[in-house]
Amino acid sequence: MFKTHLMSAAGLCLCATGALAQVPVLTIYTYDSFASEWGPGPAIEAAFEAECGCDLQFIGNGDGAALLARVMLEGPRTDADIVLGLDTSLIARARQLDIFADHGVSAAFDLPVAWDDPQFLPYDWGYFAFVSTADVEAPTSIAQLADSDLKIVIQDPRSSTPGLGLLMWVQAAYPDDSAAIWEALADNIVTVTPGWSEAYGMFLEGEADAVLSYTTSPAYHIFAEDDQSKVAWAFEEGHYTQIEVAAKLADTDQPELADQFMQFITSDAFQSAIPRTNWMYPAITPQGGLPAEFQGLARPQTALLFPPDEAAAVLDGALEEWRAALSQ
Amino acid sequence: MARSVVPVNGTLRWPGTIAVGLALVFLFGPLIAVLWRAEGLASLSRADLSAVWFTIWQAAVSAVVSIGLAIPVARALARRQFRGRQVLVTLLGAPFLLPVIVAILGLLAVFGRAGIVNSFLGALGLPDVSIYGAHGVIIAHVFFNLPLAVRLILQGWVAIPSERFRLAAGLNAPIWRVLERPMLASVVPGTFVVIFLICLTSFAVALTLGGGPRATTIELAIYQAFRLSFDLAGAATLTLVQIAICAVVALLAFAITALDAMGRGLDRVVARWDGSVWGDFAWITAAALFLLLPLVMVILRGLPSILELPSSVWVAALRSVMIAMVSAGLTVALALALALRGGWLVVVVGTLPLAFSGLVLGAGLFLIVFPFVNPSNVALPVTALVNSLMALPFVMRALVPSVAQVEAQYGQLADGLGLRGWARLRIVLLPRLRRPLGFSAGVAAALSMGDLGVITLFATGDRATLPLEMYRLMGAYQMQAAASSALVLLGLSLGLFWICDRGWRIDADA
Repeated sequence: MFKTHLMSAAGLCLCATGALAQVPVLTIYTYDSFASEWGPGPAIEAAFEAECGCDLQFIGNGDGAALLARVMLEGPRTDADIVLGLDTSLIARARQLDIFADHGVSAAFDLPVAWDDPQFLPYDWGYFAFVSTADVEAPTSIAQLADSDLKIVIQDPRSSTPGLGLLMWVQAAYPDDSAAIWEALADNIVTVTPGWSEAYGMFLEGEADAVLSYTTSPAYHIFAEDDQSKVAWAFEEGHYTQIEVAAKLADTDQPELADQFMQFITSDAFQSAIPRTNWMYPAITPQGGLPAEFQGLARPQTALLFPPDEAAAVLDGALEEWRAALSQ
Repeated sequence: MARSVVPVNGTLRWPGTIAVGLALVFLFGPLIAVLWRAEGLASLSRADLSAVWFTIWQAAVSAVVSIGLAIPVARALARRQFRGRQVLVTLLGAPFLLPVIVAILGLLAVFGRAGIVNSFLGALGLPDVSIYGAHGVIIAHVFFNLPLAVRLILQGWVAIPSERFRLAAGLNAPIWRVLERPMLASVVPGTFVVIFLICLTSFAVALTLGGGPRATTIELAIYQAFRLSFDLAGAATLTLVQIAICAVVALLAFAITALDAMGRGLDRVVARWDGSVWGDFAWITAAALFLLLPLVMVILRGLPSILELPSSVWVAALRSVMIAMVSAGLTVALALALALRGGWLVVVVGTLPLAFSGLVLGAGLFLIVFPFVNPSNVALPVTALVNSLMALPFVMRALVPSVAQVEAQYGQLADGLGLRGWARLRIVLLPRLRRPLGFSAGVAAALSMGDLGVITLFATGDRATLPLEMYRLMGAYQMQAAASSALVLLGLSLGLFWICDRGWRIDADA
């Protein structure tokens, strides 16, 4: 008698956990600022949960490189269903892991370069640029900046995504004399910081005339602070492009939900959350267009970008050149 | 610390043995996990070797300069009584407790291109001075470590019983030679080791103020290996290099550490008559200006919007305070157990954590934890534990000499009375150790507050600590809110330190 009660009690418990488990969980690894209260995460989570009947969980990890390191540490046993937040400089290494599946999504992207990667789906993009104030006379190229007396703060390519972007920018724009450019830039560089935040903070405190950031950075100051004084310098040789992508894990335990989210990335609900939270260009311009503060931003004539394999191939040489030029 | 080789008689040794085991497992376990995953070691590149040399050089110079400046400041504080001295001593400790990025922005507000010093020079028509370069690295490291050096050396000074000063005065003996120099010979080597090791693993300070890749430290090379090429073998190898440097420097320092236990006093405050009053106040004023001006800038930057901070910052602050309190309790328990145990293993455990790269420790712990539980779920306990381990070297530096001194002075008496085990701890040791124990809890709590540590790898999602929340605000362009969060962090760190440091104390002379 007692035993039967115990059995039915156990049965009840099983039912209860079963009922809880019926809300499937979709786990997305991303970088910290995407998942944070001020990033796109909360709005996108709410919009997707409204249509999926699931629990969407963003797990934030440092920046893009830290995100990839986490996926590599976890290996094939990772709990992630989707990884969102890698960029073009990380794709080659991510692909080598051989853990991502084709996304199967086709969309008309508003990207400055053609994109047809079967595994990595773009969700936003931007141009690296030097951000300065309107009262500083803007140089029109990296070479002119290097010849000037202007002072800049940059990030270390070994620890920061924009830092790596500038390294690639110089390689792409000056393939034959990148070393000379770095040597000429050396006396313009006030200092090199570990990450974007330190550099941007130093620029705002007046430590430099300009900081390496994105062409979209001034939009934040216009929107949030009503400050029109920040400008991005447009360079005639073109700007290196950052394209941020998402990919689905091949052995996700939520394949349908993961597919549904990959499709959702191209939706208006997702894309319209990007500009004012991630301060980047959405991969597909939402129906309402871009917010007003994005309208007057500098739009470079030329978008520079190495294909993932080429970016991986030039990295070591470029890094050594950078180190040698700035160590003198 | 060499004194800890002598174990304390008649007290419990087994808690210390457990603490040693725990610390060794939590330090070497992660390293072994990383090496296991990496399947071996890597060879060092030329760039790595130049990073090793730069690291050793800047750490040695930073430690020497910090101590050289700390000795006159500590002496001045030890022999002068003035209103506000207590507040000043606590405030002078603040830079040591600041998160790196806050301290850098504070320093730049004073010494940077647009800082106070250059504005002043500009107004006088003088050329600018640049803080960026090797001297900038040293200035920043002195800013961080001078307070610690002053505190540790000051403890040495106040530990000299006032009776000895009176005796020396009565005999007209030279105080410097008979009292102060022997005390310094016993305190300075250990202080040097701690500061050297703090600077050894410096990364953001060295890079940002060093002005570029010239100032690449081993820790940055580890970062590069981990992030840019996911070269775990390289990261682990560089960590082993750091441990080797740590071992060599610690052995050298302990070899020249003098022993010091001359007789007992009555724990009374010393009133001094020697030295120039004006000279002492010049040292105190100079140190206060150098250490407090950047803090004032942090306060001025943060104050305007402190009431508009989002609620998540306050929630994160509460979370950080709780972790800090757990971490402080754990640290004090570990440190006391270790100090009572003694032995060379305790010296190792009380020094080694400083040589470990936070990144490698975090990655190793992650590899160990991941197969069993979701790392996000254990992020906070792991953070508290790692923060405790990282605070041990500082705390042991304050606690071990005090334990040795109490034993030297009251040990025979206690033995004679047959006081052993818990009773001896309760009656003889704890009442005499309140000052170093309070200081230890304060340091551990404050260090834990400011530390970003392993938490970044463990991805806490909505369970962020205050430093992480501050970085998030910066990452979201919200520099003003970040500056206010930094001020909250500064206030809480100092507040926790103040409460522990003062509250645990019976007398109020240091």
